[in-house]
Amino acid sequence: MRNDDEPSAAADVEEPSGAVYPPPGEAGPMRLMGWARRRLFNTPANIALTLLCLWFLWETVPPLLGWALFNAQWTGDPTTCREATGACWALVGEKHRLMLFGLYPYDEHWRPLIATLLLLGMLGVSSQRRFWHRGLALAWVAAVTVMAVLMWGGVLGLRPVDTTLWGGLPLTLLLALAGIAVAFPLSIVLALGRRSDLPVVRAVCVGYIELIRGVPLVSVLFMASVMFPLFMPEGVTVDKLLRAQIGIILFTAAYLAEAVRGGLQAIPRGQYEAADAMGLSYWQKTVLIVLPQALRIVIPPMVNQFISTFKDTSLVTIVGLFDLLTSVKASLADPEWRPFFIEAYVFAALIYWCFCFLMSRYSQRLEEDLMAGTRR
Amino acid sequence: MRLFNNRRFRAILYQVLVIAGTVAVGFYLVSNTLDNLAQRGIATGLTFLGREAGFDISESLIDYSAADTYGEALVVGLLNTLKVSLIGIVLASLIGTVIGIARLSSNWLVARLATVYVEGVRNIPLLLQLFVWYGVITALPSPRQALAPMPGVFLTNRGLRIPSIDWNPAYWVVLASLFAGLVGAFLMARWGRRRHEATGQPFPAVLAGTGLTLGLTLAAFVLIGAPLALEVPELSGFNFQGGLVLSPEFAAVLAGLTIYTAGFIAEIVRSGILAVARGQTEAALSLGLTRLQVLRLVVLPQALRVIVPPMTSQYLNLTKNSSLAVAIGYPDLISVANTAINQTGQAVEGVAIAMAAYLTISLAISAFMNWYNRKVALVSR
Repeated sequence: MRNDDEPSAAADVEEPSGAVYPPPGEAGPMRLMGWARRRLFNTPANIALTLLCLWFLWETVPPLLGWALFNAQWTGDPTTCREATGACWALVGEKHRLMLFGLYPYDEHWRPLIATLLLLGMLGVSSQRRFWHRGLALAWVAAVTVMAVLMWGGVLGLRPVDTTLWGGLPLTLLLALAGIAVAFPLSIVLALGRRSDLPVVRAVCVGYIELIRGVPLVSVLFMASVMFPLFMPEGVTVDKLLRAQIGIILFTAAYLAEAVRGGLQAIPRGQYEAADAMGLSYWQKTVLIVLPQALRIVIPPMVNQFISTFKDTSLVTIVGLFDLLTSVKASLADPEWRPFFIEAYVFAALIYWCFCFLMSRYSQRLEEDLMAGTRR
Repeated sequence: MRLFNNRRFRAILYQVLVIAGTVAVGFYLVSNTLDNLAQRGIATGLTFLGREAGFDISESLIDYSAADTYGEALVVGLLNTLKVSLIGIVLASLIGTVIGIARLSSNWLVARLATVYVEGVRNIPLLLQLFVWYGVITALPSPRQALAPMPGVFLTNRGLRIPSIDWNPAYWVVLASLFAGLVGAFLMARWGRRRHEATGQPFPAVLAGTGLTLGLTLAAFVLIGAPLALEVPELSGFNFQGGLVLSPEFAAVLAGLTIYTAGFIAEIVRSGILAVARGQTEAALSLGLTRLQVLRLVVLPQALRVIVPPMTSQYLNLTKNSSLAVAIGYPDLISVANTAINQTGQAVEGVAIAMAAYLTISLAISAFMNWYNRKVALVSR
């Protein structure tokens, strides 16, 4: 863009060839300009891409903000919501207790609330490595006892609440946590079995792991809900919640076993050979030498497996359990509120997203921390 | 006691115990099941597959009516599962690759948008996403007030309608020449590679192959007189007639599966590209290769090695996740099997058939991807 009548020397000063970055330490706006030039407008293709993205953001973000915040209806009833152009958060205000706690008796909602807060507190404490010692295990035993008492009731003057009435977020957390906690020891056995020298043991473990990993969780849950009652001797009935829980445990164990196997494989051969040379038996070798090293490596993939188990618990809605997703869906049973399904699903999605996102960030940090010792 | 100290003896003893335990548990479960079934008067065996199903299935790739057998109904379900999985795998791979590369873009805005997509999609349960898609599609206007984003394309609460091509018998010629072009391109690429190895003269196999395939197909199309007749959907009465229709259920399952899996595939593509050491690119550039050549000859072959195994598990996941379709009423295998179980009470057979089918699909995909992986894997000494 240079005029012919302009002195060319001056133009050269103003238009240097190639990008010129402001020197480091230069004040705000200039620095931002330089950054924008480098990261947004450095080549014609990038300029086009940037403009395309800006256009996309311009088209989507303002209407979305208008819908979710500025034009939203925060209180009121379906009639006022229908008149508003924005989101109907009044639905969440009206139904949040059904969404969060499902069919649990309304007057007793403080019990699952305290149980959930206790659980989240314990998870928060357990995520800090400085608390990783024996006392934490005792604290978990105590916390689980308190949570069980709160949820079931029947003692200390608490009204007993049947498991068929459990629901919402506490149920989702229970299914995921109990799923991973029980699947963990099972997965260690399976992983050790898969690497065993005994062909029969290996065949059984490989068969189990590959069978479960080859079929969808939905079919395992169907098996748990329709076939399991047939497996039991006459007169024995197993709770619907427990059946789904068993299905989730069996499913998770197969996936977790592969993660543990990865940990076992990462142990250098020398460790096994040294243990053998010391005359340790198989179990001494496994418990004292191999597992402590292997499980350390397995913690991050375990957190990742926990994230996917947490998301997968939503599938129990297919076999009729009242988890968070089912409860949110149930809040739409009222035809008056049904047009505002997006708001209800956004509420559920935010809860799931917060949990999963925090856990995945945690797993990344943990991985860095745990690998710090081995990194060169 | 001396015998127990013998390593071989202990090994055999443990294995016998494992076999005995497995058999005992199996026998206990089977006998319980048989007792229970006898008590409830439920038949056993696979004979129900030949009986009349008596229920309709809303969409099917083959001719099916309620008068057909349970066996045929299950085949319809299986085909529906395969249909949505195959299309989903192709679309998710395309979108995932684009997003994965976008995350590595030097353009800050593009990289950020891709990150938002990946983090958003991966951390929300697929089932919830399916519910949202299904809700959105069924909340679309009725056919009379259909949205028409493009001429001939209609979005309604009865599904998505797009123009279809009228089948003309002469198209067989076009298909045959397409096939001939593919075979020719394959042979030409092989010849080119051999010549390259023997003489060092490069051969533009991709360009020539594409040209040959497209050229032959186009030539055949022109030769038969280019009979192109589009069938455009038209409103008649309360719904559209003609054109290709995607049911709301299919569209929701496809959208959900594709968008969810693309998030995971993006991460795989990104880590695969990052896994190729920077020195490789720099060395290739200093040898005088062009940017495109560097990507095609140096970066991609190495990245594929890292990408293929996790990609296989994503394809498997997508196929298995298609079973969530049952929650929104797309008649996939699980959904049909579920109906059959409810009608006949033969839960064991129904679940077993469904599981066996998924296992077969999983093994087939693994086998194919393992074959492909061997092709791209590093050949070590």
